[in-house]
Amino acid sequence: MDNDRIDQIIDKHQGEASSLIQVLLEIQSENRWLPKETLERVSEKLQVPLTRIQHIATFYKAFSLVPKGRHGIHICMGTACHVRGAQRVLDTAQDLTGIKPGETDLDLKFSLETVNCLGCCALGPVMEIDGKIHGKISPAETADALKKYE
Amino acid sequence: MSKILLKIDGKDVEASEGMTILEAAQNVGIVIPTLCHHDKLEPYGACRFCTVEVESGGWTKLAASCLYPVEKNLVVRTRSEKVDRVRKMILQLLLSHAPDARELQDFAKEYGADKDRFEKEASFCIHCGLCVRYCAEVKKKDAVGFINRGAKREISFTPEMIEYCWNCKECFSLCPTEALQAAYGLTAALVSSSPSCERKSEE
Repeated sequence: MDNDRIDQIIDKHQGEASSLIQVLLEIQSENRWLPKETLERVSEKLQVPLTRIQHIATFYKAFSLVPKGRHGIHICMGTACHVRGAQRVLDTAQDLTGIKPGETDLDLKFSLETVNCLGCCALGPVMEIDGKIHGKISPAETADALKKYE
Repeated sequence: MSKILLKIDGKDVEASEGMTILEAAQNVGIVIPTLCHHDKLEPYGACRFCTVEVESGGWTKLAASCLYPVEKNLVVRTRSEKVDRVRKMILQLLLSHAPDARELQDFAKEYGADKDRFEKEASFCIHCGLCVRYCAEVKKKDAVGFINRGAKREISFTPEMIEYCWNCKECFSLCPTEALQAAYGLTAALVSSSPSCERKSEE
């Protein structure tokens, strides 16, 4: 992410220090992670100390300080999904992507994450990829769904 | 400034508006033990060790005296069975993180706290925030800050500032445990050009 784009995002929020989280969220959604150089730029422009930005960026799970894959997989491990076999869905996803929850593969294709509830327990087990919900999914369907992503 | 009359430990105390119970007590020489309080810093209310019993309008409640503003006709008890129980529990919880902290051990003797009450989870930092706040409020350098949250929260030095920290180290004496020195040492070891590394190679 180049400095011009960062400045654009910051200008959109009138360079207010109180908009820090909004600025970070926007950078995160565009860039998929927050590189150190970016945070330094934000710190300089918004006049917020880097330690405070670091505090906030490590506090919220929405922010990542390491590169994330092009596609974010979220597998629900909540009670309803759990009893309907979420573990098997997770195992399949792990086998296919070769990564564990919280990790990103080497070619930055997938990031795998477990969540505790996606709020649609009737659809369990649920897997969400890039915001798209795959409900009542079997391990075989999990494999099919994952193959569609490049 | 309007004066407010209140009672602390049976003693009539005069305080001005906006003061906290802790400040009012300190003015008349009543000691309320604190861990995260520092005169130069804004009240933080992290440790809750300054908890006192506050009576107003017929009710008693527990309040952190470093944050509680004085009110008219307030009755404050700085030591009572309830207060002592709370402080003992706080000590025991903190001691499971920093069992060797001198300051905590002294208090533990006073309040009869057992340092083995809870399973040890030696993180050494008790999250009083003294170093972080001192660096931000007094030095205005923000060289040390908190990272992560909840059980994983810890202090972290900025590698770029480590040279500045080497010459300052004013926060070192504030730390009630030795977690700060350890965090500094870790960061300094990561920065190959840090003064502590150079010094070692000179020896």
